[in-house]
Amino acid sequence: MEYIIIIISAVFVNNIVLAQFLGICPFLGVSKKVNTAVGMSAAVTFVMALATLVTYLLQGLLVRWHIEFMQTVCFILVIAGLVQMVEIILKKISPSLYQALGIFLPLITTNCVVLGVAIQVVTNEYDFINNVGTANPSMMNLPQAVVFAVATALGYSLAMILFSGIREQLELSKIPKAFKGVPIALITAGILAMAFMGFSGLV
Amino acid sequence: MVLVLTSICLVCSAILGVVYSVTAEPIRQADVAKINKAISSVVPQFDNIPSQEMFKVEFDGKESEVYPAKKEGQAVGYAIKVKSSGFGGPITMMVGFTSDGTIYNTSIVYLSETPGLGAKLTDENIPTRAQLKGLNPASSNITVKKDGGDIDAITASTISSRAFLKGVDIAYQIFLKVQSQK
Amino acid sequence: MGKLKLITDGIVKNNPTFVLVLGMCPTLGTTTSAINGMGMGLATTFVLILSNIAISAVAKIIPDKVRIPSYIVIIAAFVTILQFLLQAYIPSLYETLGLFIPLIVVNCIVLGRAEAFANKNNVGDSALDGIGVGLGFTIALTVLGCIREFLGSGSFFGMKLIDSDGMLAFVLAPGAFLALGYLMVLFRKITDKKA
Repeated sequence: MEYIIIIISAVFVNNIVLAQFLGICPFLGVSKKVNTAVGMSAAVTFVMALATLVTYLLQGLLVRWHIEFMQTVCFILVIAGLVQMVEIILKKISPSLYQALGIFLPLITTNCVVLGVAIQVVTNEYDFINNVGTANPSMMNLPQAVVFAVATALGYSLAMILFSGIREQLELSKIPKAFKGVPIALITAGILAMAFMGFSGLV
Repeated sequence: MVLVLTSICLVCSAILGVVYSVTAEPIRQADVAKINKAISSVVPQFDNIPSQEMFKVEFDGKESEVYPAKKEGQAVGYAIKVKSSGFGGPITMMVGFTSDGTIYNTSIVYLSETPGLGAKLTDENIPTRAQLKGLNPASSNITVKKDGGDIDAITASTISSRAFLKGVDIAYQIFLKVQSQK
Repeated sequence: MGKLKLITDGIVKNNPTFVLVLGMCPTLGTTTSAINGMGMGLATTFVLILSNIAISAVAKIIPDKVRIPSYIVIIAAFVTILQFLLQAYIPSLYETLGLFIPLIVVNCIVLGRAEAFANKNNVGDSALDGIGVGLGFTIALTVLGCIREFLGSGSFFGMKLIDSDGMLAFVLAPGAFLALGYLMVLFRKITDKKA
């Protein structure tokens, strides 16, 4: 049950792009075609699950050695290293997958979704079991953290793919010159965000 | 190549270590100042230093901080710091009781609720918080009206309001525990 | 090329928000009020100036292959310093900006300027570039914050102008996208006429 609540809340209610404003740059940048949006989403999901797993364990070490203040530096280094490693491994074992995801991987390091979720998982205290109004919220445990990361990534993918579908249509419509490109995309995203607000009572 | 990267990392960590140790004290003081401000707004006038007489009370598996407020040696109230989980993350709040268990006032120490909705909790004059003043949880039902209680929820932020009232309830339970231990 | 031009370029021609469309996350996430937008802008400017200076100073000794990781570490260090300073001296701002402070590390503006400007130019010019781009970002965020605060809660820098609750949507996510979209159109119209 708790996992279902985590998933629903991360995908719909607190959608990372449309409600929390993380990962907007790639959301606007690589959403012109459905194909690339799908590729980017898959790469993000993969890296995010892995990165959250590693940074969650790393946080344990930081706390044990009392160097929590190195958090930001360590996390970003781990993410950058991980992305690089995934790229190398993918190249070796699955060239076809590398072909599909390869160009998106370097972009992920500077995608704030990954770092954002890694930090959220270790600093926020949630109590998902009785999600609302519980006393004594406590930190997520490891399986919850990974599920949360994957669910957030799914929410990201959902927003990304929906949005790219709309943008493909937009390409064909007549738009005033000043609105072309980013402005109309932002306005569309605003309307999409309004639609997602409808989910807010769900959990 | 490796050497350069390693030395950059080392230099950066060294600088961070220094800055950390320099700012550790001001950060701690800023925290204390915040707690003190919250305490003085939730209990009647006092002349002791509650943060120095703080003691911890265990409730539901977690320790909460209790700050006794005294005037001329007599206890005039307790400020109790509790945490509750809201819509956007934990809500840390200070709940003040006079010695007969009446809620004197509440104060939000930290929250990350939606701006314009749940974040309205930081405003002392909203009905949800104003209605609590002077209530005694022993004789009134401090839950939102939707749940059959006496308190108005913030419009469109029932979750945040519930979390807030839940925190007040926990604080009251802790208060009862403190009273019974005396 | 005048030194002043380095600064004005950052504000108008290379405005990070309206022209380069970089750093969208904090732009949308923190501009619920004018003062928050300005705080975020200044915080980013602080990191931008310092990282530009540091990177232009050490750019020559960093081998090309480890360029990006080195820059990221340097930027992350400055961001953490900023985090401590805010926590110690302006705790209220630290709390409202929350998660977005550590996320300055992955703000594409900072890394973007390091790559595009600081590693090719001298320390002085890089500092000026940092100031210019930082100011451009701050102005954009403040303006957006003003608009959203006014429409969303009827106030200006915390002062109540209209006695109403305003349109809640502008404080929430959809309003952020809409306001920025229309603001960008306006910016284009104005700069187009000049050119």
